[in-house]
Amino acid sequence: MTTTLEPRAIGRDLARRDGGAKVRGTAVYADETPVADPLFCRIVQATVARGRVTEVDTADASALDGVVAVLTTADAERLASTDDAELAVLQGTGIGFRGQIVAAVLAGTDEVAREAADLVRVTYAEEEHDARLSADRDDLYTPESVNPTYPPDTAEGDMAAAMAEAPVTLDRTYTTPMHHNNPMEPHATTALWEPREGDGGHLTLWDSTQGVHPVRQTVTQIFGLEPEQVRVICPFVGGGFGSKGTPHANVVMAALAARAVPGRPVRLALTRQQMFSLAGYRTPTIQRMQLAAERDGRLRGIAIDVVEQTSRIKEFAEQTGVPTRNMYAAPNRRTTHRLAALDVPVPSWMRAPGECPGMFGPEVAMDELATALGLDPVELRIRNEPEVAPETGKPFSSRNLVACLREGAERFGWAGRDHRPGVRLEDGWWVGTGVAASVYPTMRMPKSTATVTYDGGRYVARIGAADLGTGAWTVLPQIAADALGAPVEDVDVLIGDTDHPEASVAGGSSGTTTWGSALVEAVREFRDKYGDAPQDGDAASGSVKPNPAEEEYVMSAFGAQFAEVRVHTDTGEVRVPRLYGVFAAGRIVNPRLARSQFLGAMTMGLGMALHEQSLLDPRTGHVVNHDLAEYHVPANADVDDLQAHWIDEDDPYVNAMGSKGVGEIGIVGTAAAVANAAWHATGVRLRDLPVTLDRVLPGR
Amino acid sequence: MRPFAYATPPDAREAVLAVAERPDATFLAGGTNLVDHLRLGVAAPGLLVDVTALTSAEIDDLSDGGLRIGAAVRNSDLAADRRVRARYPVLAEALLAGASGQLRNMATTGGNPLQRTRCVYFQDVTTPCNKRAPGSGCAALGGATRNHAVLGASEHCIATHPSDMAVALAALDARVQVLGPDGEREIPFTELHTLPGDTPERDTVLEHGELITAIDVPDLPIATRSRYRKVRDRASYAFALVSVAACLDVAGGEIRDARIALGGVAHKPWRAHRAEEALRGAPATDESYRAAAAAELADARPQEGFDGGNAFKIPLLTGTLVSTLRALAGEETRA
Ligand SMILES: Cc1cc2nc3c(=O)[nH]c(=O)nc-3n(C[C@H](O)[C@H](O)[C@H](O)COP(=O)(O)OP(=O)(O)OC[C@H]3O[C@@H](n4cnc5c(N)ncnc54)[C@H](O)[C@@H]3O)c2cc1C
Ligand code: SF4
Repeated sequence: MTTTLEPRAIGRDLARRDGGAKVRGTAVYADETPVADPLFCRIVQATVARGRVTEVDTADASALDGVVAVLTTADAERLASTDDAELAVLQGTGIGFRGQIVAAVLAGTDEVAREAADLVRVTYAEEEHDARLSADRDDLYTPESVNPTYPPDTAEGDMAAAMAEAPVTLDRTYTTPMHHNNPMEPHATTALWEPREGDGGHLTLWDSTQGVHPVRQTVTQIFGLEPEQVRVICPFVGGGFGSKGTPHANVVMAALAARAVPGRPVRLALTRQQMFSLAGYRTPTIQRMQLAAERDGRLRGIAIDVVEQTSRIKEFAEQTGVPTRNMYAAPNRRTTHRLAALDVPVPSWMRAPGECPGMFGPEVAMDELATALGLDPVELRIRNEPEVAPETGKPFSSRNLVACLREGAERFGWAGRDHRPGVRLEDGWWVGTGVAASVYPTMRMPKSTATVTYDGGRYVARIGAADLGTGAWTVLPQIAADALGAPVEDVDVLIGDTDHPEASVAGGSSGTTTWGSALVEAVREFRDKYGDAPQDGDAASGSVKPNPAEEEYVMSAFGAQFAEVRVHTDTGEVRVPRLYGVFAAGRIVNPRLARSQFLGAMTMGLGMALHEQSLLDPRTGHVVNHDLAEYHVPANADVDDLQAHWIDEDDPYVNAMGSKGVGEIGIVGTAAAVANAAWHATGVRLRDLPVTLDRVLPGR
Repeated sequence: MRPFAYATPPDAREAVLAVAERPDATFLAGGTNLVDHLRLGVAAPGLLVDVTALTSAEIDDLSDGGLRIGAAVRNSDLAADRRVRARYPVLAEALLAGASGQLRNMATTGGNPLQRTRCVYFQDVTTPCNKRAPGSGCAALGGATRNHAVLGASEHCIATHPSDMAVALAALDARVQVLGPDGEREIPFTELHTLPGDTPERDTVLEHGELITAIDVPDLPIATRSRYRKVRDRASYAFALVSVAACLDVAGGEIRDARIALGGVAHKPWRAHRAEEALRGAPATDESYRAAAAAELADARPQEGFDGGNAFKIPLLTGTLVSTLRALAGEETRA
């Protein structure tokens, strides 16, 4: 058990510290970094999905006035490490997916760079590609582990026997499509390589990233540089949703380009279209669910068999089946993951990888089971609440799913719901309601360090953390202030720079837990050394420590989402007049910022429910709806009453803040709640996302 | 994207000559469609002739009781005009259903009907497209066809016209005023856009250098009871899957007259003459509306596609038409 901080600044509804600068437009983003006389880099992308580059004709591009360099495989520098095929930019002629970088142009203006990029002629020896995912492929394989390090398959008891013998069973397949993260700010880097006498040179990257230190680590490996030779700076990020959690090819390209023009800064910003092949995405998933139940609803068995894709050149295995491992009690259980390695862009993290797609199939299946049993779907979930974590038998540090379900049902007005589908008609709309559960693990990264300095009457902490719009600039001072016992107004926390102590990635909703713990340790050191009356210049540092409680307890946030859906009787148009989420995510460090995380994630979940779908044309291997006019995210008019609530949760085991992480749980379960409500409205069971009007259209 | 010259000639006549004499010249109005195409490489003109200051930005009363809408009138101003809202609600509603507030503030009356298809392959220069590169093939056939045509398509192109405003104008019997190198001419709005046939590179009957100076809407009493109903994949800020512009004259439960145009179904705003014919004299009932839809859609041919295709557009159009006409007839009952 850790001692939880006395909350004084923690829990306060403080406005974003960086809000004013962002509203006024003075917050500087990567591509706007003021540098002298920059060059602009534009990339050329492969137009075949598999094969080889046989010739790159750069004559016309090079001849253009203002072009400084055209980089191709033939002349780009050889990288020190090409182990990661996604990042081995311009290192070989092989094409692993359509959209791969095959050349780049550097010019004095962005316009000239763009024109020159269009003039580069690339010839290919095209090979037949394969970009079609299906569950009946004969080349599906089992990955060694699924993201980040879970075993791919688990089994307990005898699932087959449970299915054969249980009085009520369900065996259904659910699918979620390919999704793209699409942060507002495209992936962008300003890069500067400065050759220096004696020390081998220095690279500065102003990069839009979820972690400056992880970027530095990757870049040093790839270029064979020492950490002191690379500085990564990122004060602000216009959203990442996982797509900036690991550096993608664009970052390597920017560094390569900068090193080709020593002393000259280079800007490289991807276009929206380019982001659809170079910045990661969520794999489509095929989820076969089996549920075996007693007549009273208690599960005798639960299984999920997942089929999904990765790219042929690099494996990423989404942990879609993992949430099923600890969600509901059942003596017989199975989870499996099978991958198809296709000639497609490299998948990666997207908000709540694993949990987000992986709670769609199970939570719709639970709804179907409730119907088969004639049970209230809220009650069915409560009856399957486990005493201990089903997979390991360890207790939960705290688990308040039932409280969330009850509180949500109360707020939503669930009691007395008529469970029959397709029987409520109001003004030409079918009306229905649905529920689903949310879950997200509480994670802490092993490494992060902070320093605290006393400077001119203020405490200044430093840590290379990232604020991708989430609120780290604001929340970290709240934590440091309470650790110090100082007013939050007297505390600064500086982030977003590798000149600050090393920090972990802003991913897995682990930022506040990990960086906050490092700050608490640094403050402890500081107070141990200097007591309560420090002198100017006093400084101490501390690092996050392993939490022994993690061995004893399973730590997770839980939630419940309730949706009301209307479906137009003539057109099938789907609207969501109400979407309520109730979460149990430990102590809420800043209610205003947490609410925007919950609401933002629920909105993204709404997009997953109703709109989002990357259309990968199997004939070409590229996503054809690659802009925001065609790849739809929700508009205000899609939803009326969107609410996020939380229950006070006191968890003494997670960390000194008592917090569990709020960035991702809000997207988990939303789509299932909406799909379940759409079924309740229309009687059409929706097992494939998104719920577009043609799927519920009368007379279709 | 390649460099281009930008010109602002003193008047419309000069602008027409400037464009007519250069095959690679083009007019620029609000730029909300053309500038995207410059960026995407879909269009690569050598000269942009800005006409926003050269055509009228006024809406004038015509002697026959109609309105003349200058080509430079912004979509947001047109939608807000009192006369338009009272006499042609279908037009105001169509405009407001399109794009976003910011885009409507830029988009013009002349540019809107000339916006080009949103076919994803047309907008992607790495794929074949007969409209963008004649003779290269049509990548949409068997591709992503959710937004494509079910009426009047050809084997060379199955694209749809994306404008909402144009659907209303087709229903309203609008007329297009055109200035060309050889003088002025008037084109019935329903004849402005073409079907793809074997010249899918053409969207309209306008010749190179012909400038739209204004669009006239005639005095049309039936239009006071009119509606625009747009159905799309999200509640706002999306192009139509299908849309219906309808004017209905109902008395004593009988339909006296109707004007109907359909959007999202063809290479042009689709004036539904067959449906209008079927409605005239029929009782104002769902059965009549459904029969009208069936008459209009008798020749509809859905497209297959890896995205599931667009067969759903046929029941969707039927439902949308029925729902729109029912609502319009309901207005009569209330009146
Ligand atoms: C994200 C997005 C969403 C949109 N959603 C919708 C929607 O839902 N519904 C909808 O209807 N539209 C929508 N639009 C399209 C928008 O309405 C059009 O882009 C706009 O109406 C075009 O008008 P403009 O004045 O900007 O034309 P421009 O882009 O300037 O020109 C378009 C074309 O018309 C030509 N042209 C312009 N004026 C004249 C003239 N007077 N005579 C002859 N030729 C001329 C130009 O040469 C060019 O080829 C959307 C656009 C965007 C970017
Ligand atoms: S449908 Fe028309 S616009 Fe689309 S790809 Fe085919 S030819 Fe081009």
